[in-house]
Amino acid sequence: MKSAVIVFPGSNCDRDMAVALEEVTGAKPAMVWHREPALPDGLDLIAIPGGFSYGDYLRSGAMAARSPVMRAVVEASERGVAVLGVCNGFQILTEAGLLPGALMRNAGLHFVCRDVALTVGNSQSAFTGRYEAGEAVVIPVAHHDGNYQADPATLERLEGEGRVAFRYAGPCNGSARDIAGILNDAGNVLGMMPHPERAIADAHGRTDGRRLFEGLLAALG
Amino acid sequence: MKTRVYVTLKNGVLDPQGKAIHHALEGLGFAGVNDVRAGKLIELDLDPSVGEAEVEAMCRKLLANTVIENFRIEREAEPAEARA
Repeated sequence: MKSAVIVFPGSNCDRDMAVALEEVTGAKPAMVWHREPALPDGLDLIAIPGGFSYGDYLRSGAMAARSPVMRAVVEASERGVAVLGVCNGFQILTEAGLLPGALMRNAGLHFVCRDVALTVGNSQSAFTGRYEAGEAVVIPVAHHDGNYQADPATLERLEGEGRVAFRYAGPCNGSARDIAGILNDAGNVLGMMPHPERAIADAHGRTDGRRLFEGLLAALG
Repeated sequence: MKTRVYVTLKNGVLDPQGKAIHHALEGLGFAGVNDVRAGKLIELDLDPSVGEAEVEAMCRKLLANTVIENFRIEREAEPAEARA
């Protein structure tokens, strides 16, 4: 599986993402700086990591979503390349228009940094194939702007089309319908606030995130 | 030419920051505050050649996230001496 991790000024989970991808898939991802106008050829997966790109100026993810490399990411996603956005990566994907809705300031105004219980909503995607639908998993979150909001019609569509990949098992940040992660309509783009790359080894205390990468390896080869 | 762009949350979109400001005002003893909504003011210094449509495009493409935000553009009248 050939993967790339996009690096923005202010990304801080890019190396964790690279370690997770290399450890699970056995292949080192390409690290691609945000100013690059093109991506390496033949990618199976593009990972947009967590962090605070551009210091969260204007809106979280807003500046990063307009950087040169994102035009290439949008084109690749339209060709069916899998795109995984975690935390700030999820914010960037909504700002870039690859996923619907927006991630707003947490309802409680606090930065939330803890393990959270999630329910898997969809086990049919390339990202979630190693999970069971309805399964409870624990993956850490660390964010200030994770409060997912969309208009009622969009929320209905996400639910109806099985595009809620992960849901918080209890209140976390005020997200509509406790949404923690969503898929695009084609199913090849996943944005999620929890950090699967921080839960892949016993030393992390959690390994529930590992199966996301194992599922990608199984689906994308 | 100074142009101001006001970015505000759409009606019905929860505003946790506005709510916190509201609580703080109440805590300071200010009565009669029914609601608080927090937004942004972005000041642009533009060449006179930049038209309204272009400013609107800036708002749609970057300055506002139209999923959750509205924007209003206010263009400052040209100073008298500049017209002479």
